[in-house]
Amino acid sequence: MDKTRRTILKLAGASALGLGTGSLGLLGKGIASAAPTPPTAANYNSPLHAKRWAMVIDTKKFDDALLQKCVKACHTIHNVPDIPTRQNIKWLFTGDYEETFPTEHNHFVAEKVEHRKFLMLCNHCTEPPCVRVCPTKATFKREDGLVMMDYHRCIGCRYCMAGCPYGARSFNFMDPRPYIKEQNPLFPTRTRGVVEKCTFCVERLAQGLMPACVEAADGAIFFGDLEDPGSEVRKALRENFAIRRKPDAGTQPGVYYII
Amino acid sequence: MYHAKYIIPALLVFLAVVTFPFWAKGKAVYRVELKLPANQTECIEDTETMRTSHMQILDHWRDKVVREGERVYTNAKGVKYSMSLTNTCMSCHSDKEKFCDKCHNSVGVAPYCWNCHLTTPKGGK
Repeated sequence: MDKTRRTILKLAGASALGLGTGSLGLLGKGIASAAPTPPTAANYNSPLHAKRWAMVIDTKKFDDALLQKCVKACHTIHNVPDIPTRQNIKWLFTGDYEETFPTEHNHFVAEKVEHRKFLMLCNHCTEPPCVRVCPTKATFKREDGLVMMDYHRCIGCRYCMAGCPYGARSFNFMDPRPYIKEQNPLFPTRTRGVVEKCTFCVERLAQGLMPACVEAADGAIFFGDLEDPGSEVRKALRENFAIRRKPDAGTQPGVYYII
Repeated sequence: MYHAKYIIPALLVFLAVVTFPFWAKGKAVYRVELKLPANQTECIEDTETMRTSHMQILDHWRDKVVREGERVYTNAKGVKYSMSLTNTCMSCHSDKEKFCDKCHNSVGVAPYCWNCHLTTPKGGK
């Protein structure tokens, strides 16, 4: 039973990936310019499920162009504004080795690693401190490991931002709409006074699609079920040495970096 | 009573004005004219249900989608819909000003759904 289910999921994942690469051109141009078709009930017939979603980023395969392609794919689809001040909003962002792994205290790091740029996003931790500190339960952890935001409940206290060791959360100091260049009409924007972050593309997983950055990365990001030994992420972790950001924070992040 | 000739008529006038809404019944029924979708005849539930409890339905949808991850709504007739304000409701009710706002303005409520949710899934605005 379990085995057949697993193969079906694998097939679903593979076909979703195939679909994704087919529509990459569309992604690049921005969804807003293409005529969007709103998803109907039929689109949610074959959602992707996992016991614990996780991501493995193969940092060796990334150059500046690919980093920007992933960020753009994410931010266009999710109506993330680009505000030219320190009050900018970020779901998916980049940083160098020291910014990404501040607790890796090695001296004389290999040059190619030291100067490499890394993608950063919400780590969807197993023990998310943001969820602990949220006074309204606006941010919560789903059974499949996704740390979600309920903007309807968010009161903008920003405790979660203080709690997050990864800087993955942004606060809307102002109405973000004027700063959204290409609006994806199928996805809501946020409003002034709420905190937002990466959602591991929960709305795409529900439609059987892989996250936008995974699609845009052309195989440089693996995504799958950490509890399934046959999954893409477990395979990548078996074959490569990977580290996580700030493991000593004890949050058990769900994003792994192949160095 | 001093000045009774002034006070009593004034009291009567005052009472008449205060009770005016109770005895003066207008002939016209208060109506709000809505612009209904041209290409659809049926909403997700019947008109009466939508009129009285669309807000509860949307509230329920929000909790289902955001908190429980369920995204498909099955109505009384068994037809399935995606639970989405923009992608389902506003697909048909594409003119917010001539549909949503008409009643909301008339009864003096200001729901802030559209601060985040876009008014049409077709782009623009």
